[in-house]
Amino acid sequence: MNGLIFQDIHALAAGLRRKDFSALELVRAHIDRIRSCEDTISALITRTEELALSRAAAADARLAGGDAPLLCGIPFVLKDNICTEGIPTTCASRMLADYIPPYSATVYARLQAAGAVLLGKGNMDEFSMGSSTENSAFYPTRNPLDISRVPGGSSGGPAAAVAAYEVPFALGSDTGGSIRQPAAFCGLVGMKPTYGTVSRHGLVAFASSLDQIGPLTRTVQDNAAVLSCISAPDGRDATANRTFAAAKDLFSGDIRGISVGLLRFPGDAADPAIRAAVESVAAVLADRGAQVREVRLPALSDALPAYYILSSAEASANLARYDGVRYGARAEGAASPDELFCSTRSTYFGPEVRRRILLGTYALSAGHRDAFYLRAQSAARRIRAAFAEIFATCDCLLCPTTPTVAFPAGEKSDPVSMYRGDLFTVPASLAGIPALSLPCGTADGLPVAAQLMAAEGNDGLLYRLAAAIEEVRI
Amino acid sequence: MNFETVIGLEIHAELATKSKIFCSCRTDFGAPRNSQVCPVCLGHPGTLPRLNRKVVEYAAMAGLATGCRIAEFSRMDRKNYFYPDLPKAYQISQDAHPLCLDGGLTIDTEDGEKFVRVERIHIEEDAGKLIHAQGETLADYNRCGVPLIEVVTAPDMRSAAEARAFVSELRTTLRYLGVSDCRMQEGSLRCDVNISVRPAGSAKLGERTEIKNLNSFQFIEKAIEYESRRQADILTAGGTVRRETRRFDEQTGTTHTLREKETAADYRFFPEPDIPPLRLTPADIEALAARLPELPAARRKRYAALGFPPADVHILTEDRALSDYFDRALAAGQHPKITANLLLSEYLRLSEGESFVCPVAPERLAAVADLAGEGTVNASTAKKLAARLWEGDFDPAETVRREGLGQICDEAALLEGIRAVFCENAALISQIRAGKAAAVKALVGKCMGRFGGRAEPRLLNRLVEEELKK
Repeated sequence: MNGLIFQDIHALAAGLRRKDFSALELVRAHIDRIRSCEDTISALITRTEELALSRAAAADARLAGGDAPLLCGIPFVLKDNICTEGIPTTCASRMLADYIPPYSATVYARLQAAGAVLLGKGNMDEFSMGSSTENSAFYPTRNPLDISRVPGGSSGGPAAAVAAYEVPFALGSDTGGSIRQPAAFCGLVGMKPTYGTVSRHGLVAFASSLDQIGPLTRTVQDNAAVLSCISAPDGRDATANRTFAAAKDLFSGDIRGISVGLLRFPGDAADPAIRAAVESVAAVLADRGAQVREVRLPALSDALPAYYILSSAEASANLARYDGVRYGARAEGAASPDELFCSTRSTYFGPEVRRRILLGTYALSAGHRDAFYLRAQSAARRIRAAFAEIFATCDCLLCPTTPTVAFPAGEKSDPVSMYRGDLFTVPASLAGIPALSLPCGTADGLPVAAQLMAAEGNDGLLYRLAAAIEEVRI
Repeated sequence: MNFETVIGLEIHAELATKSKIFCSCRTDFGAPRNSQVCPVCLGHPGTLPRLNRKVVEYAAMAGLATGCRIAEFSRMDRKNYFYPDLPKAYQISQDAHPLCLDGGLTIDTEDGEKFVRVERIHIEEDAGKLIHAQGETLADYNRCGVPLIEVVTAPDMRSAAEARAFVSELRTTLRYLGVSDCRMQEGSLRCDVNISVRPAGSAKLGERTEIKNLNSFQFIEKAIEYESRRQADILTAGGTVRRETRRFDEQTGTTHTLREKETAADYRFFPEPDIPPLRLTPADIEALAARLPELPAARRKRYAALGFPPADVHILTEDRALSDYFDRALAAGQHPKITANLLLSEYLRLSEGESFVCPVAPERLAAVADLAGEGTVNASTAKKLAARLWEGDFDPAETVRREGLGQICDEAALLEGIRAVFCENAALISQIRAGKAAAVKALVGKCMGRFGGRAEPRLLNRLVEEELKK
């Protein structure tokens, strides 16, 4: 059964239906893998082996019945900021170390309804704030491709779990690149769908207007299948008003006539090897009939500061509820409510979370609001307008996902240098448009990734192009 | 020096929706503590608000009824502050783009009618309640997420009486709409008073204070009276009024500093990203306007035109159920004044509870009023019939016929009876003729008694007088 863990979702689904193996065997194989890998990788915060075994048995019964959904019996991991009723959901924070949600996120409910089997909750940067998973309050996660390096973040645990073959897919969340960047560092396909494609109900909020859940997989087709399963309008999330459904011919490889803009960033700081790999992707696309040209978007020069101001401002409100009163950690010995709030929050939030809360609070404060929050908002509007303009003449944009390959653990101790790594990913977040990262080569033996972006709602186009690129296996 | 008091109000009214503003929890008053809560209103991680459409409808109706313009685009904002009764540590409210703008209500004052401007009405969620007991503080989150509207007036009022009149008019209006119970004792209507004083004749506003959370008419008036005196005393003594938030002490009738404005929180408002902006089309707004009932001000004008005294007009319009009942009776009969008299004298006192409830069909009351109005029965029979209807339904005209309750107007028959009474009461007659005029009433009563109360009263009186003179 050892070979099982290396198969993709579609192959596993076929095997289950041919009765080559059972869902129970499939889940056991992955549990074994987790047991052998976790000491090294530390991708998971919580493991749900017992629950998984009973779910696997139920999946087998359903598969025997005939008309089981594609994901029935397929193991997966959720980032630990996605609420799972009865199962700890910590956001990798001491604040929520013992928090067990009284309800489940819509995405978890949809995956359960499809018969998929949860194997654990993935490690992350605390409250998704970080790009290396080193900000987890519990332990850092290692990159399975080179354990001296970070897996990226903030969805580093889910990415590492998929890259280490602990599971065939995982769900992460992306606010400014938190799915795409770890996908890039771990050699995976990572998708941030159009804002509103996946319900955020049950996703612990970081920056509500930017947060979006998406799949991390080893293949493009798997990624589209998982997104199809989790995407639907949701009455419990007023912003979830779109549905992604994979079109039949999405993976035909036919991309003739699609116009692709090779996006030159203002102050493009990508490593030469990454630039070269992305250019070779452009060449492949042109070769297969796409129309490729270079484009520039000067408005993007404000994207990074605008992102850090807006996301921190929203975070300062979203994380204010962790006050020690109703749930989560509580500091002892406080003499007044204000003291309780201060000591709880100072004690149980990590340094990066505290930094962002302070940054966001400052940006919204009277006297600073105009210079920071409102200015960042207008920069975001300009970026959205610039994308709208470019997508009037161009179907898709191509650029690197990250300026570097996975960096060594402990290398970036300066927060601003860490923030700079998000240069390529934050524009799509601010614009709410879909963006997909996929491997497009290697540099120094580590994966290099290309990012594709399209107009909002054009998620399918990204899969179509990504499938064509994947086929060539650069 | 003479001072003028300038008053603006911020009134919070709880909307009478069955469920909360952002979740489906119930909003019943007096439910066991923390029994009407869920992950959403407790602010659990990952939960999201869903705006209750009824809240928008109710708030827009309140806006229309107070003459406001309903914004086609409005937006929810987050108001950030830490307090143990506020689960998310922000209140979802409306800051820059409220739902309703620029209206007002006309109130009656000593100097006649006065228009008080409403600057805005916005929607927001209520917070929970802290209970301090035995050195512990406990929190009850039932109220969290209960929908509120906040009505903000311009500083247009000049006395406690005017402020009271505004709150009263607003309360009556909201009750007419059915959008709020406005029960002050239950906290479903609360009032913050912004108050300043200035030398009479001055055009410049003085420094103001804000008195928080007044929940009765009496407290509103007392707080204003105390606070305007306090500020006037400060100015008279050459001091300056500090801008601050004050609390009213119900026991002593005085106000005390709660916090100074300088140290007040910076709420760091920003647009609520979890709720898309509210967009109402002109057609939506027209549809809501079509649902508005005739408002108390219009009804008062109509009743006054019928010739009712102001006191009766006030009573008839204060409660919409009473007014609706009266209107149905008016539509069914010909005699508004008798109908109103019977309603106010016989039924109003029998109806228990906050709003008028009556087992008698309004058409029946109209029928009784018509019988009296056209002279078929006299006033005392009409009252008896009305009272009997409360006990059980019958057809008044038919009962009058069957039981012979009709008024006796036959002079000959009346005279015959009167003469018999005179014979039986010879002593009384001689007393009257000897000058004891006060006994006439008793004599008339005896005569009326002989006809079982059915004699036409004026005719009976005249005949008795004439007979006495003989």
